[in-house]
Amino acid sequence: MKKAVITVVGKDATGIIYRVTGVLFHRSANVLDITQTIMQEMFTMIMLVDISMLNISFDQLVQELNQLGAEHALSIHCQHEDIFNSMHTI
Amino acid sequence: MISYSDILETIQMIEQENLDIRTITMGISLRDCCSDNLQTVCDRVYEKITRCAQDLVPVGEAIERKYGIPIVNKRISITPAALLAESCRSADILPLARTLDRAAKATGVNFIGGYSALVHKGYTNGDRRLIDSIPEALAETDLVCSSVNIGSTRAGINMDAVREMGEIIKKTADLTASRNAIGAAKLVVFCNAVEDNPFMAGAFHGVGEGECVINVGVSGPGVVANALKKVPDGDFSVIADTVKKTAFKITRVGQLVAHEAASALHVPFGIVDLSLAPTPAVGDSVAHILEEMGLECCGTHGTTAALALLNDAVKKGGIMASSHVGGLSGAFIPVSEDAGMIHAAKCGALSIEKLEAMTAVCSVGLDMIVVPGTTSAATISGIIADEAAIGMVNHKTTAVRIIPAPGKDVGDELDFGGLLGCGPVMPLSQYSCERFVSRGGRIPAPLQSLKN
Repeated sequence: MKKAVITVVGKDATGIIYRVTGVLFHRSANVLDITQTIMQEMFTMIMLVDISMLNISFDQLVQELNQLGAEHALSIHCQHEDIFNSMHTI
Repeated sequence: MISYSDILETIQMIEQENLDIRTITMGISLRDCCSDNLQTVCDRVYEKITRCAQDLVPVGEAIERKYGIPIVNKRISITPAALLAESCRSADILPLARTLDRAAKATGVNFIGGYSALVHKGYTNGDRRLIDSIPEALAETDLVCSSVNIGSTRAGINMDAVREMGEIIKKTADLTASRNAIGAAKLVVFCNAVEDNPFMAGAFHGVGEGECVINVGVSGPGVVANALKKVPDGDFSVIADTVKKTAFKITRVGQLVAHEAASALHVPFGIVDLSLAPTPAVGDSVAHILEEMGLECCGTHGTTAALALLNDAVKKGGIMASSHVGGLSGAFIPVSEDAGMIHAAKCGALSIEKLEAMTAVCSVGLDMIVVPGTTSAATISGIIADEAAIGMVNHKTTAVRIIPAPGKDVGDELDFGGLLGCGPVMPLSQYSCERFVSRGGRIPAPLQSLKN
């Protein structure tokens, strides 16, 4: 299974999870794990998603999420999980 | 499942602490491009470079997007061009430099290194033609970088080459005087040059290397400095451990990117260079790491010891994180490319003499140092000889990349812009070494026993 980590940080507002998961639904990315909190009015969410069934390339998904982030003043990162595994596990 | 704090730590390193992959460098052997006809050499060189490296930049950019980490430079290193100059009869080999520049531009890379000669013991005719052409080659091209190896622990120091390189550096700076003497920033003189260095200006693809290879240089001084901020009262064991752990993480990213690039390009993975390479950006400075250890300003007493600890801990941490480590591996101290070094040089805390001592314990040498335009060729040769002696005796790579800025004097500044940064003109000794440098010949290789 190929997995990606999506992190979303920005000023809290309604509909952030809806918008992000909307993109994931349209692109056939399955959410495996999700954590979300509000820290000092800042919305912070980390998601682990299965990207093995994507109906577009991973590159395109990254671009769509970046665009969503730009439209709603959110910082959205979508990174292949290997960078975290490499860095933090032996 | 990776812990959330690890995820946030990685993102913080990239977003706020300038963690990046400094370079993916493709080494390409051009030994099969030899011919007695220079035009044939140029045609073969252009064809081979553009064929081997055609996907280098797009692959690098795809990896950046996949892992969300910047890869600042994509570069090419080639077989030392003197070996190509060797094969052809033409006395003027400048068309080869122009060809390399064209090929680099066609592939979209940031730099191409390897307009180089290895003369640590003596010159061949090809070496001579190449070295003679360096000033014009660097003035006429934009992306070509040049290096000359003038000494080694096994061969000693070729003082004829040292003398000549003083003149070549002066001429290179003069020919590019209108462009901030940029030519001299693309020229480095080595002792104990390594064959798999991915960093410029000194990268070349050594003769012991394979047909084509991917080498990766990591970076991340800001990450190390921030990690040290979290242990303000730690003793040196704690400092060393913190640096090691951080270097491990940085290097693991380098290893991941190197493997990914090698497999996407169908080229063998060579090495990861464990270097802390600074940039002039705020928060990306090696000097600031040393200051974080407790020095008021980089260059003061204690700086050499701090740098020795840093350099050693970076290697110890990084070496387990990569299957093959090579290149220069250590902390770089280029003055103009490091915000903390620039500040230290400007306020007088950092002198060229202190930098020379620092080069004895860190990777590379006197790097990106701006000196007065009136500096004589002999003085530059003297600086090269000193630096080469440190490398030769200590079995390490040392180098000199020095810019005698035409029309500038102590108190002035030279601003290159971009990654090369901006350097204050540093004062040198006013006494001559002309008679020493003009003797010529070779300094014999040092004794390998009776160590004291």
